[in-house]
Amino acid sequence: MTTTSEPPLQLTAGEQLVRPSTSLGVFSRPRGDTGWQSWLFTVDHKRIGIMYGAAALLFLVIGGIEALLIRLQLAVPGGNVLSEDAYNQVFTMHGVTMVFLVIMPMAAAFANYLLPLQIGARDVAFPRLNAFSLWAFLAGGIFLNTSWFLGGAPDGGWFGYAPNSGLVYSPSNGMDFYALGLQIAGIASLVSAINLITTVLNMRAPGMTLFRMPVLTWMLLVVQFLLLFAIPVITVALFLLSFDRLFDANFFNVAAGADPLLWQHLFWIFGHPEVYILILPAFGIMSEVIPVFSRKPIFGYPFMVFSGIAIGFMGWGVWAHHMFTSGMGPVSVAAFSLSTMFIAVPTGVKILNWLATMWGGRLRLNTAMLYSIGAVAMFTIGGLSGVTHAIAPADTQQTDTYYIVAHFHYVIFGGSLMGMLSGIYFWWPKMFGHKLDEKLGKIGFWVLLIGFNLTFGPMHILGLQGMSRRIHSYAADSGFNLWNMFATVGSFVIAVGVLLLFLNIGVSRRRARGAPPVGPDPWDARGLEWMTASPTPVHNFDRDITVTRQDEFWHRKWRIGTDGKVTRIARATDVAHDGSATDVHLPSPSYWPVVVALGLPLVAYGLIYNLWITGLGALLILGGLYGWVFEPPDDPEAHEHDDHHDADPSDDSGNGASGGGTSTNGEDGPDSDDGARQLAGAGAAAGPSAQAAEEQP
Amino acid sequence: MTDVADPEAAMTALPETGHESAAHPPTTTGLSHNKVAMWLFLGSECLLFGALIATYMFAKSRLPAGEIGPNDVFDIPFTSVSSFVLLMSSLTMVLALSALTRGEERNFRVWIVATALLGGTFIAGQVYEFTVFYNLGLGYTTNIFGSAFYTLTGFHGAHVTIGIVMLMSALVASLRGRLSPRNAETVELIGLYWHFVDIVWILIFTIIYLFPQ
Repeated sequence: MTTTSEPPLQLTAGEQLVRPSTSLGVFSRPRGDTGWQSWLFTVDHKRIGIMYGAAALLFLVIGGIEALLIRLQLAVPGGNVLSEDAYNQVFTMHGVTMVFLVIMPMAAAFANYLLPLQIGARDVAFPRLNAFSLWAFLAGGIFLNTSWFLGGAPDGGWFGYAPNSGLVYSPSNGMDFYALGLQIAGIASLVSAINLITTVLNMRAPGMTLFRMPVLTWMLLVVQFLLLFAIPVITVALFLLSFDRLFDANFFNVAAGADPLLWQHLFWIFGHPEVYILILPAFGIMSEVIPVFSRKPIFGYPFMVFSGIAIGFMGWGVWAHHMFTSGMGPVSVAAFSLSTMFIAVPTGVKILNWLATMWGGRLRLNTAMLYSIGAVAMFTIGGLSGVTHAIAPADTQQTDTYYIVAHFHYVIFGGSLMGMLSGIYFWWPKMFGHKLDEKLGKIGFWVLLIGFNLTFGPMHILGLQGMSRRIHSYAADSGFNLWNMFATVGSFVIAVGVLLLFLNIGVSRRRARGAPPVGPDPWDARGLEWMTASPTPVHNFDRDITVTRQDEFWHRKWRIGTDGKVTRIARATDVAHDGSATDVHLPSPSYWPVVVALGLPLVAYGLIYNLWITGLGALLILGGLYGWVFEPPDDPEAHEHDDHHDADPSDDSGNGASGGGTSTNGEDGPDSDDGARQLAGAGAAAGPSAQAAEEQP
Repeated sequence: MTDVADPEAAMTALPETGHESAAHPPTTTGLSHNKVAMWLFLGSECLLFGALIATYMFAKSRLPAGEIGPNDVFDIPFTSVSSFVLLMSSLTMVLALSALTRGEERNFRVWIVATALLGGTFIAGQVYEFTVFYNLGLGYTTNIFGSAFYTLTGFHGAHVTIGIVMLMSALVASLRGRLSPRNAETVELIGLYWHFVDIVWILIFTIIYLFPQ
């Protein structure tokens, strides 16, 4: 900058582009902050987070209906609700939907909404890439589900073992939809991981060192690293499967010498980190909720963080415990058996720390807390049955029985989903400005908990009795009748519990009209996300927050005396920002993330049906990327406000939150997919932001 | 100090402009968002090529005896030359970035074109090689070695091609006067990608070509 003759504040490159002279830059950026366009073209991490959450709840309903169909089919021996073929499709899509389209996006919802807030940032590092991740995920999810209407859904199980998922054994297009749909969702996850890691590394508020970050932020960071390294592995596996199915390659062609273990290894090298991708966000949420409602700081913060990191590393060394019966040899089995037992240690540390956090605390047992406690309890049960799988001889008996089904529902439903439901009740007031009804919430919790145990508890017994998973029906004299009926009844109780959540959302929303506002901090919470108005104003914080310790917000409200007594020194409303700042420069909405994301399913449809459609999709992506790169840097009218960065630099520097901005993106011209991933996002971030005096605690 | 107040301007600045030493770095790490993101992306790419190379080794070891295999098709001298060409493109990439940071626009364009040409030569060599292999009887669907070999080298070739497109885009940007020392980081990031793709080729060449059995 020292050598340029142009004053940087002129943002010269940007202004050139605003003039209608360059290719696709002639389009203005979308405007307006109401109506459907304001959601479709938004780059605001909070709106993106809410849409992630809404989509996840929608897919929860779809996946839930699939689950109910499975349970109806298995309710009585010799069930005939579904044909064998339809049953294969339903259980496959149930698994795929719940893993990739419910838990992962719900975690992404919390990550998007909360991560920037918890580190005191104004948005993520690449807001447009963030929007792209959302739309790509949604495109992948919808693409997958259209397979129901296009000749049949995937039918090879959620882990799609090849060659069973190859053309010979799965001749419909279903597994093509599986391979390509997950590929699209994978792109979304990968882009999101890069974006969020950059955000955490680069945009923390002044003083927010890594070890002052909330546990949720830490867990989400670990998850993003897992995604970063796990997604490319399944990308390769899915490519190989697609090439086999679409182009007659030989990767899984046993007749040509191929080994089915190739798929198993590639899938589970992704698949086991994926397990932690599903559970760690819930761990983080529970680590936020339990301290607040125990009115104590989290017990052993460094242990919580390091055990999360340890899980992140060790999660890479246990994948083959999914393959104990594949005949890979005694040395491998012994090694993976040991590593699997070891990974229970950091997980156990976390459970003990949650218990220790609650120990001696003054517990407030409201819905969010109940769900967290429920998640700890249910996850512990699932964790213990998981340790039994680590013992290879026992696992040999349990493999592919309902015992496994019971185990992973206890950890994924009982742990992940319950943890996230806790998060929904906890952060709902922050997101929408009103609490969810406590009474309905508690009823819903107990219904769900009872239904859950009624459904999945008996599956332990069924599994030990020898009932295989994925069987379409069973004979009346196999001894499975009673517990299957229990499980089916339980699954409908779960459905009632989920319906109560939706009812609660509707009721609470209606009741909130005209009710007094909930205030910035309804729970007397600890994280920075509560230090601004509810619902969060579009610019997050009015001023930068200087962080001096962990749980900064709580310490601004309370003082711990030398005698250990806690006294209130400020009301939350005095400490929190009221959201009144009007001069904050925000990233402008953009058309292009949607356009590029729309091209992805077109490419995928084309690969299945007609390569011309692929070409069309590729053109759309290419055009979208050029539009993206040459988009006018920001809202032209916003430039009028640019004069506010002559505020004293000490006020706003150190603020990574306003990174990104207005001058580069017209200048770099990569049009490749890769180029856009790193380079094009810069232009969409917030420009310089106005800053008032730095806040002091 | 107004320029420091503009994080974007600071972000695109060169390291030697002294922003890192400013009291308040524009980002927490001092690195630009773009650079952090590029390194993360390349980290992810390591796993992509790792899985592809592992797949290739696995597939090759399972090739039934008597089928057309690595020893029947590889032409080490030819591939050595094209590997050398690709490695030299890393040198010209460094020279291009160096020229841009010093503000030597013409030299920058020369070196960026040279880099793209060397990359293009490598791709041309790959196309030629594929054609020869095909004529020797090794098609994509012939056997497990063919599928794995073409997939691995094809993915690498696609990466080089994307790199060439990025280089050409940088050239166009430069011709339109949009590249200056202050946003040399854009070119630096393209260079990171380019060097990464070269390093991957060193691995592929060593593992796949030099140890065919």
